[in-house]
Amino acid sequence: MLRSATTWILVGQRLGIALITLLIVSFAVFFATELLPGDVAEVLLGQAATPEAVAGLRTAMGLDEPAIWRFLSWLGGLATGDLGMSYVNKMAVADLLSGRLMNTLRLAGIVTLVCVPVALTLGIAAAMWRGSWLDRLVSVLTISVISVPEFMVATLAVLVFAVWLDWLPALSFGVNVNSIGDMLRAYAMPVISLSFVVSAQMIRMTRAAVIETINTPYVEMALLKGASRTRMVLRHALPNALGPIANAVALSLSYLVGGVIIVETVFNYPGVAKLMVDAVSTRDLPLIQSCAMIFCISYLLLITLADMIAILSNPRLRR
Amino acid sequence: MSLALRLPTPARLGYSFNWVGRIGLAVILFWAVIAIIGPWIAPYPPGDMVDFDYFGPMSSEFWMGSDYLGRDILSRIIMGTRYTVGIALAAVMLACAGGVLLGMIAAVVGGWFDTLLSRFLDAFNGIPHLLFGLVVVAAVGSSIPILIVTLAAMYLPGSYRFARALAVNVNTMDFVTVARARGEGFGHIILREIFPNILGPVLADLGLRFVFIVLVLSGLSFLGLGVQPPNADWGALVRENIEGLSLGAPAVIFPSIAIASLTISVNMFIDNLPTRIRDRSE
Amino acid sequence: MDQPLVSVRDLKIGARTDSGREVEIIKGVSFDIAPGEIVALIGESGSGKTTIALSLMGHARPGCAIQGGSIRVGRRDVTAMPERQRAAMRGTEVSYVPQSAAAAFNPAKRIMDQVVEITAIHQLMPREQAEAKARQLFRALALPDPDTIGSRYPHQVSGGQLQRLSAAMALIGDPALVIFDEPTTALDVTTQIEVLRAFKSVMDKGAMAGVYVSHDLAVVAQIADRIIVLKNGVVQEEGPTEQILHAPKHPYTRQLLDAFEPVPHVPAARPDAAEPILAVQDLCAGYGVIRDGVPAAKILQDVSFRLERGRNLGVIGESGSGKSTLARAIAGILPAYRGNLLLDGKELAPALQQRSKDELRRVQIVFQLADTALNPAQSIETILARPLTFYHGMTGAARNARVIELLDMVRLPGHLRHRLPSELSGGQKQRVNLARALAAEPELILCDEITSALDTVVAAAILDLLKELQRELNLSYMFISHDLSTVEAICDEVLVMLKGRVVEALPAARMSTEAAHPYSRLLIGSIPQLDTGWLKGLEQDPALMAQFAGR
Repeated sequence: MLRSATTWILVGQRLGIALITLLIVSFAVFFATELLPGDVAEVLLGQAATPEAVAGLRTAMGLDEPAIWRFLSWLGGLATGDLGMSYVNKMAVADLLSGRLMNTLRLAGIVTLVCVPVALTLGIAAAMWRGSWLDRLVSVLTISVISVPEFMVATLAVLVFAVWLDWLPALSFGVNVNSIGDMLRAYAMPVISLSFVVSAQMIRMTRAAVIETINTPYVEMALLKGASRTRMVLRHALPNALGPIANAVALSLSYLVGGVIIVETVFNYPGVAKLMVDAVSTRDLPLIQSCAMIFCISYLLLITLADMIAILSNPRLRR
Repeated sequence: MSLALRLPTPARLGYSFNWVGRIGLAVILFWAVIAIIGPWIAPYPPGDMVDFDYFGPMSSEFWMGSDYLGRDILSRIIMGTRYTVGIALAAVMLACAGGVLLGMIAAVVGGWFDTLLSRFLDAFNGIPHLLFGLVVVAAVGSSIPILIVTLAAMYLPGSYRFARALAVNVNTMDFVTVARARGEGFGHIILREIFPNILGPVLADLGLRFVFIVLVLSGLSFLGLGVQPPNADWGALVRENIEGLSLGAPAVIFPSIAIASLTISVNMFIDNLPTRIRDRSE
Repeated sequence: MDQPLVSVRDLKIGARTDSGREVEIIKGVSFDIAPGEIVALIGESGSGKTTIALSLMGHARPGCAIQGGSIRVGRRDVTAMPERQRAAMRGTEVSYVPQSAAAAFNPAKRIMDQVVEITAIHQLMPREQAEAKARQLFRALALPDPDTIGSRYPHQVSGGQLQRLSAAMALIGDPALVIFDEPTTALDVTTQIEVLRAFKSVMDKGAMAGVYVSHDLAVVAQIADRIIVLKNGVVQEEGPTEQILHAPKHPYTRQLLDAFEPVPHVPAARPDAAEPILAVQDLCAGYGVIRDGVPAAKILQDVSFRLERGRNLGVIGESGSGKSTLARAIAGILPAYRGNLLLDGKELAPALQQRSKDELRRVQIVFQLADTALNPAQSIETILARPLTFYHGMTGAARNARVIELLDMVRLPGHLRHRLPSELSGGQKQRVNLARALAAEPELILCDEITSALDTVVAAAILDLLKELQRELNLSYMFISHDLSTVEAICDEVLVMLKGRVVEALPAARMSTEAAHPYSRLLIGSIPQLDTGWLKGLEQDPALMAQFAGR
């Protein structure tokens, strides 16, 4: 499909906005963590915080330089992959992160693979037979899942699958992984919990997107041409709902970011989120900053993607 | 047609609720009352270890069992209501008041002020909420005023966006143009012409935002970053007693039910508001 | 009459309102349609004409349901059919031409795919043959580029063309009955002519029966064999077109016809005041980013006129002619970037922020849609009291008394002041809208299409009210409309606008006879007349049509 120049201008604009947003976000993350707490050197030295030791450490860490300068060099470091040193582990943040990041991405990838087909089928079906028992059941279930905190979905999953049914281990990575079966069992709980949270959002948004197009005059026109309900939805409503649906998928995937923080904590899953929560309790600032930036970037990627899909799928911008 | 008795009752304005909405409203009111009269009806002091057993089962003495230290869960839930409902309510009020006011001003002023404010708040919204909470707590620690302000800051951009979109619509309507052509000032246009016409959807939106705030607050507390011991909101109660999960202890289950009952009820209530209120929110 | 094609007996349709109340919107309607006959359903908004037309296809809009009576099409009873059989009938036996083709075409699919869709759904003929037939229909409907127009997307053709394409879409399955649901209401008059002509020529050729739903008797007179007059879901009168037009029996029909022949305007005596109430000199206004003092989109260009005190000026033009922009520029809502405005001989600042309260008070603007012009959250009393306080500093009992007086001036009972706008009818709202302007005690009222959204009878009453008010209060009106007959009924002078410029200015009484500009002539000629032979006898220069109406 051909697209007009305006479309590309809009896409370019959106990308520009995303870049500016990223800059503002990194600014906020840096200053929230860097400026607000008390003297980092003092905190780090704890009992041994003699004035001389503090002054020495401050100079060593470059804390005496102006904040803007430190922000810029931190930003430059981020761009080149130099994420600094962890205060607590005395290790390069990049090394701490690399393995963990893969774990989290793997979890997110599996959840996406599970959610998208299930959620799209259910969302479209619920919209197609609006008001049927299926639609009502799906609505009640999704609203229940959305209304409760993510940790409740996770604890409920533990309660059902580990405590009452005794199918799966309660904590995934306490056990040794020796076979594919073990691995499946280990991933099952986090994946199930996250999938519930994400697909509930996705189903609701997909359903809303399809229903919105079903309510347009041109879909009523299809009905008045003698089209069956299936044809009406599949041929007339769906092609126009594709953009909004893709938008819904990208937006609901952004719920992964919040969900993964809770789920990794509940199941003790060795991912970036767990690392970050631990870093918060030890006030390991460079680590917090890097983790926060990873989450912000992925979140921003997803919502920018959603926006771009919405622009590209607008039929009126087609040449 | 008699004119004397046309009082603005809810029924006349079309604000009648179906039974699902009424149940939702009843549960919301129930928790509101508990939050107010909590200290007088709690059977035990919430901080006292009253049971010799930990993770005790439900009994006539301890209706909802006891926690990991043998404290009465019912009393702790009743006291936790104040934290959960109170903090969330304060935060949502702050977020919506700020968001709606800024949104209306941006819609009426327009131009670069609108563009700049919208861009800035959108960028702020580009930070995932729970993450923002984590970073703030990591930086300044956790206390109730900080929690309220942080939660409000998280949800202000969304409220702003919502109110601005509504206000932009109303602002293009002819009655606002008439008021402007009459020579009315900024304040009159915002408060008299626009605000009454976005109030319905804004209140519905406030309800939904309240649910999100309860969820994020519970999430933060669950991570140990929300309300700090010895006090506990519902999320913190779940965290304290998470060890009892594998035992299926009531100490984990009841706080969870408390959260779910509140959030599901608010959702039920909002979803079943008369369409006349909700329709304008599109 | 032989066996009728359609027979409707005692049809009852109910609807559920927002608050859950059941109301009957069609209250026992019966009529027949013979094969090949075109029957018009005429009525004002809320008369149930579209609901009846849709029910002939077995379709009821969400919230509505057929509750009684029978609808027979051909040999079968539509009301008794299951949904699957109704679907089989739609498009092949009964088809539908919608009010807004722009909304009824799927924006994501090419026009041809949508036009031939009926043949695919009902497996009537192979695709090749269907496309050939569609191209034939495009030719018959006088569409430009009939061979290639099908490969475009809906947003790439004009509104008038889309409306004709939607007729092709309805006709492709050779239905026995075609339902036209106000198909020209959304179009400009010059476009309406082409579309009507196209419809008439295809309907004359085929042996198809038609149902033509409209609120406009003059349009219907051109195309219908028989007219059914509806009001509030009840048939008022039914008869052949000639009889309805020339010998109506029912008082309501007579009222509809009378509204078509407004009392001619008697110009006020030439005023003695030397200064005109409003003088406009070379006014230019536009929207968009202003660069070098000139906005990106120039709408008004060099508009000049004078309006004497106590007299009325009409401004006519089609959509996009800039007539509403003119009113906004005069009111200062959209500041003019060039030109002068003189109110009673005194210079008026372009932007309303720079005008004094008294200047603002003397010029009031009244908008077209009373629905959006009245704040839905305020009572009528609050709405009317505000200008009293704002301009005249009135409060308390004096203000209350004045509100009642104002309502009385627009012939509304005083107790309405406690109501909200949503509790009033369309005509009542427009009267309140007018009363709010009167509250300022203005000298000039800018009326922007204030009768266009109203039903004909109600609109005629508003015009009468405007005339009465003028006599009592020595007002001047600037009256903007797309409808020449409305303007003739109230104005002394008329400006014809085209693409932001005034192309002709004439006294209203001489407008239809002496207009010289080709566009004015086209516009005047395009206004449907209450005469069955009008469209047939109408001769217009095709080159002219192409130049001005080929949108």
